[in-house]
Amino acid sequence: MSAASAATRIDDALAQSWYEASARQRVDALLDRGSFVEFIGPERRETSPHLPLFDLPEQFDDGMIVGRGRLDGASILIAAQEGRFMGGAFGEVHGAKLTGLLRAARELRTPVVIAFDTGGVRLQEANAGEMAIAEIMRALLEARLAAVNVIGLVGGRAGCYGGGGLIAACCSALAVSEQGRISVSGPEVIETNRGVEEFDSKDRALVWRTMGGKHRRLIGGAEIFVDDTVASFRAAAIALLARAPALTRAMLVAEQARLETRLDAFGDCADALDIWRRLGIADAASVPAMSYGEFDALGARITEVIHDAR
Amino acid sequence: MTLAEILASLFPRGSSVVVEDGLIHGQGRRVDGSPLHVIGVCERSAVGIDEAAKLARHVLEIIAGEDSAPILVLIDSDSQRMSKRDEMLGLNEFLAHLAKCLILADVLGHATIGLLYGHTAAGAFIATALATRTLLALPGAEPVVMDLPSMARVTKLPIETLQAMAKTTPVFAPGLANLAQTGAVAATLDPQRSLAAQVEEILVANAREAGKDERDVLGKRRNGRTKAADIALRVQELARAST
Repeated sequence: MSAASAATRIDDALAQSWYEASARQRVDALLDRGSFVEFIGPERRETSPHLPLFDLPEQFDDGMIVGRGRLDGASILIAAQEGRFMGGAFGEVHGAKLTGLLRAARELRTPVVIAFDTGGVRLQEANAGEMAIAEIMRALLEARLAAVNVIGLVGGRAGCYGGGGLIAACCSALAVSEQGRISVSGPEVIETNRGVEEFDSKDRALVWRTMGGKHRRLIGGAEIFVDDTVASFRAAAIALLARAPALTRAMLVAEQARLETRLDAFGDCADALDIWRRLGIADAASVPAMSYGEFDALGARITEVIHDAR
Repeated sequence: MTLAEILASLFPRGSSVVVEDGLIHGQGRRVDGSPLHVIGVCERSAVGIDEAAKLARHVLEIIAGEDSAPILVLIDSDSQRMSKRDEMLGLNEFLAHLAKCLILADVLGHATIGLLYGHTAAGAFIATALATRTLLALPGAEPVVMDLPSMARVTKLPIETLQAMAKTTPVFAPGLANLAQTGAVAATLDPQRSLAAQVEEILVANAREAGKDERDVLGKRRNGRTKAADIALRVQELARAST
């Protein structure tokens, strides 16, 4: 292959949609070319011991890819969830891979990038999945307490729901695209429990403006808003890895103040549109249709969210 | 046991523990007279953004205080509050913040012990009980990851099928015994004995152990999670070897 055609191939990989890409495509294109080394790859066939009980197909990597690679020359640990397998949900094997990676990160003082794409706990192995979430959170926070930077990227098909939302909020910083929905209870779960009057899960505009990336960026739930390309996520990951504020008591005191301020400022708002208006966006209704560039400029004008309070 | 019975058994000489809007906070004395902080959720209250912020504030106030006394987290909660308002304002950040405060408190020397005495579910479970160093339970506690109607909706399986499977499949079925088997619960206490004495035994045992998370190892020993501990360890070894 000529140098020119190799360069074209890399350009194509970086230009592809993050939302449309598989977890493996995201990892390969995000990292410096050819630098990825996988731990317990699909050839090991470490599959879920629980899915066969439900007559569900297994996947050889259980929907979680973990390993080491280089990002802009720096050695990092990386994890990526495959949202197209079981909705990227956390099961026993899937979760344990990330737990092990984060424990290693603390020991080796190596930064981590996590590409989230998950509906939350895998219900067919709910207890194991719930425990995986708890163990991942503890391992992640212990890594941060040792001044290891853990960056989350959110922009996949499955969004970042349930325990995934909690893990994401434990990260040092987050980059999110418009498609990256972050929340605990998903739309269907709220509707099932509280009725369609509380939340109409079929109202896509409502879902996006309540849980989507633009809203998360505006209220400070994510540090960087990115375009839906691998290149944009890569640039954001490099930028966020350059800063490594350790998790400290002062950081959590600052987060307490940040969250209480949010409650005071917007606690009585009925809809995200009200929040956006209160933030000073006169034409709040125009936000969902804004292009990446338009919204990024608006976000920069409205709020600065590199707050070291997470 | 009711909350009043639990507090009476924990603190026979009384305590300053109060209940406000479904949340618990205050302080009692251990057998040796030293303080024991108490926070928690009662009356099966949902844990939403307001509740998580209040609980986290209590934990940060404990950390800011003079003593390094342990924190007991009492839990009888609903799941996370499922509402448009809570999600719109970033419930994931509030619940994660509460878990962070509990884990930081433990690292800073306030040994955290959870005591599950009623219901709990899903995100509320993760942000409270599962964020403590040692989780205890009383008989009759009923932790669930997700209720069966929600599960039926998400998995698109009939609820009758799920109810039948719940009887035979511990890794997915709700309940204390099933969760304990995965390593979530360190020990179930005896309601006939003094809770003060039993919590004291745990605190003494904890003081000897490093703060290492060994729930996956416990889950393997109890045959509830046969693969998690080994997979995590293997990844750690491979990461070490890859440097």
